[in-house]
Amino acid sequence: MILHELVSYEVLRVIWWGLLGVLLIGFALTDGFDMGVGTLLPFVGKTDLERRVAINTVGPVWEGNQVWFILGGGAIFAAWPPLYAVSFSGFYLAMFVILAAFIVRPVAFKYRSKREDPRWRNAWDWALFASGAVPALLFGVAVGNVIQGVPFHFTDDLHTIYEGAWYMKFIGLLDPFSILAGVVSFAMLVMHGGAWLTLKAEGVVQTRARAIGSLAALVAVGTYILAGLWMAVGIDGFRIVGDYVTNGPSNPLHFEVERTASWLSAYADRPWIVVAPVMGIMGGLLTFAGLRAGREVSTLLFSKMAILGVISSVGLTMFPFIMPSSSDPQSSLTVWNSSSSHLTLFIMLVVTAIFMPLILMYTAWVYKVLWGKVTEDDVSENSHSVY
Amino acid sequence: MEFGIVELSRLQFALTAMYHFLFVPLTLGLSILVAIMETVYVMTNRPIWRQMTKFWGTLFGINFVLGVATGITMEFQFGMNWSYYSHYVGDIFGAPLAIEGLMAFFLEATFVGLFFFGWDKLSKVAHLTVAWLVAIGSNFSALWILIANGWMQNPVGAEFNPMTMRMEMTDFFAVLFNEVAQAKFVHTVSAGYVTASVFVIGVSAWYLLKSRHIELARRSITVAAAFGLASAFSVVLLGDESGYSATHSQKMKLAAIEAMWETHEAPAPFNLVGFPDQETRETHYAIEIPWAMGLIGTRSLTTEIPGINDLVAQAEDRIRSGLIAYDALMEIRELRDAATPAVSAQFEAHSADLGFAFLLKRYVDDPRDATEEQIVLAANDTVPTVWPLFWAFRIMVGLGFGFIGTMAYFFYRASFKGMNFPRPALHLAVWMIPAPWIAAEMGWFVAEFGRQPWTVDGVLPTAMSVSALSMTEVAITLAGFIIFYTVLFIIEMGLMIKYIRKGPFQDVEETDAWVARHHDRLAGRRNADAIAQPEMQPAE
Repeated sequence: MILHELVSYEVLRVIWWGLLGVLLIGFALTDGFDMGVGTLLPFVGKTDLERRVAINTVGPVWEGNQVWFILGGGAIFAAWPPLYAVSFSGFYLAMFVILAAFIVRPVAFKYRSKREDPRWRNAWDWALFASGAVPALLFGVAVGNVIQGVPFHFTDDLHTIYEGAWYMKFIGLLDPFSILAGVVSFAMLVMHGGAWLTLKAEGVVQTRARAIGSLAALVAVGTYILAGLWMAVGIDGFRIVGDYVTNGPSNPLHFEVERTASWLSAYADRPWIVVAPVMGIMGGLLTFAGLRAGREVSTLLFSKMAILGVISSVGLTMFPFIMPSSSDPQSSLTVWNSSSSHLTLFIMLVVTAIFMPLILMYTAWVYKVLWGKVTEDDVSENSHSVY
Repeated sequence: MEFGIVELSRLQFALTAMYHFLFVPLTLGLSILVAIMETVYVMTNRPIWRQMTKFWGTLFGINFVLGVATGITMEFQFGMNWSYYSHYVGDIFGAPLAIEGLMAFFLEATFVGLFFFGWDKLSKVAHLTVAWLVAIGSNFSALWILIANGWMQNPVGAEFNPMTMRMEMTDFFAVLFNEVAQAKFVHTVSAGYVTASVFVIGVSAWYLLKSRHIELARRSITVAAAFGLASAFSVVLLGDESGYSATHSQKMKLAAIEAMWETHEAPAPFNLVGFPDQETRETHYAIEIPWAMGLIGTRSLTTEIPGINDLVAQAEDRIRSGLIAYDALMEIRELRDAATPAVSAQFEAHSADLGFAFLLKRYVDDPRDATEEQIVLAANDTVPTVWPLFWAFRIMVGLGFGFIGTMAYFFYRASFKGMNFPRPALHLAVWMIPAPWIAAEMGWFVAEFGRQPWTVDGVLPTAMSVSALSMTEVAITLAGFIIFYTVLFIIEMGLMIKYIRKGPFQDVEETDAWVARHHDRLAGRRNADAIAQPEMQPAE
């Protein structure tokens, strides 16, 4: 096969770095409102019927949304194997908690309304709450840790070793900055869930969702700005030093890395990336205004804009770093040293170029078929077949 | 054998994978059976077929969700517990997993929601299309997963890159059209179809024994028996194909399944039963079928199948060759681009055996320091424990032939005896429900346990593949999974039984209401008369 030489290794790596972002953002935009609705569920619905309305707004789509998450895992495995190996084993117990949430959630959706017993239903409702809220928080905590660097190193034959005692892989993740990052992602997804419920529900469920969602929007914007300021003054960045090639073998040990004063120097080198945080902040504020004003479609779009801005700001600020190591900077994973081979990246790009548009098309079609509000009448009439 | 992190991680993988595969086969088969039933509904407009679609669809949904949920564990576990494996072969192994998501899982997961929620929002044909897309998505999912697994059994189209210290893909199409993967795919999905057919026949037989939902149960048996008969033949034929491909790609596994210690003069006999003894390397009280093994394994009367003892001797040679590769690799790792062409050539010549040198890591840190005894020990390690393989395989095959018999019988009664089934046969069908699950789990056990001591056959030993975790961590997650999965299993079984006991009453009612509600909409289409006077089934 020589076809893959058509696209240079360097370009493929940048494309796959971008696609990694697309998948994470796709996940946050779709599954994000599922998690947000789950978190909001006990608060926007006081009666069983109200809760069923909230659940059924995401009922037909959560399953497809969750695939963004699974595909994210698969794509990291295929395109960034060292990242997959380091992050999944390094955040071991946190990953297990997220995994548990993603196992409970499908079951909760599917099984909740299959029995009449109020205790049964109430228990599943709290399971939906936890399986939405906990991952929403932990994803942000993970990002907070990555920004600060994670304590791991590679041996000569590229075994990954995570420094510290085993419980540090969970307790150790919860430092103040990472908790702040966790609050950003939590508030952001609650905001998104609120915007979704505003569009898909009516009456009292909608009113409550708007109230909580607008509060969450303010918290998201506030904590996001705070985290940015913290990064400006309190967190060291990383940088590759010496000569290096961007199309060489994916071996982290072939690079020299050192700490720098701040990640935010990226904004001096690449001023255009400021568009991302601006989108994040503007999107959050507009979502707040939209929820207050009772606008529906545009509010959801603003919420999406906020998520797009916030997530891409992290990636763009850290580029080319993906997962820096705090204990052994040389082991840091960057776009240039932790990808799959040239051939694999090319093949995966071809497959993605064929299937991603198809996925977006049929997903759009499904949302179109399901367009419109979910009402209490819909739920009571189809009590047997809906959630 | 000391019980360490490797064993604990293996136990966790085995438990979570086998648990996952409690749900997968039914998803694979029932998705297609439901789509077939809906097809009959759309073609005939007889409401009973819609009731059947809804009823089996509900059971499909209860099962499907756990298949999805436990599948996430599989996707994550490689990175969590097997991070060196993930680094070492991610370049090849990750691709089919990601393609599975892109091509298959997105399809089934996006449309499964519409299947349950779209009855009022879609035309009949559109809804039928959705049902088929779910079925196709599920089955394509299996294809890509088995391409990934097939590569672990027969690692083609890849080579070791000393600069990145990992295996890298050299030929995607070799990975894709890996003969092991292709045979495994058809074998596995067929096993899923048999599972669903046995399930549908068993549940329907229970209704017939209770004289409930007779029309629905009879029709369900008819569909499932026809589908199940074809699938049962396919399972056995493709199982045979797997055996044939194993003759050249997985010789040790084949010899272990057969408990064939010595190379037998061609054509080798097949041990029907016997008691393999790992210590003395012989099989006691064996009952042999002359020629059968030679015919199955090589499809010839003259080709020899190597026995375990000869394969161990070959492994010893490959360890020595691997040590040469390892020595060269250490030099290349040190000097990188400055390594001499002679060293590179030395590595190239022996790199196919590198994995065998890694077998010594169990005994010494640097394989080059290994003693002669350790080389012999490592060569002996290439023999998996024989007796569980021997018996698991025979249970699977025995059940496989049993399914052909059962399906043929039910097909015959359904097609030529006016769908009348004698009570003993119905009792048998109910008791048979667990059998396909046993066969499927045995099959996976043979495939995975038979590959030991390798995660990737001949390339990467299992002992090297694990993450650098503490026992405590893995024990915590293992305990978590056991508790969690047990609770989910009880809930799942509870709901399944509840919905089977309840029967399709609600589906009947709901179908009546739906037909009435959508009368005008449906009447605008072909066969409007059939809808105007729907043939209603007497619900008891």
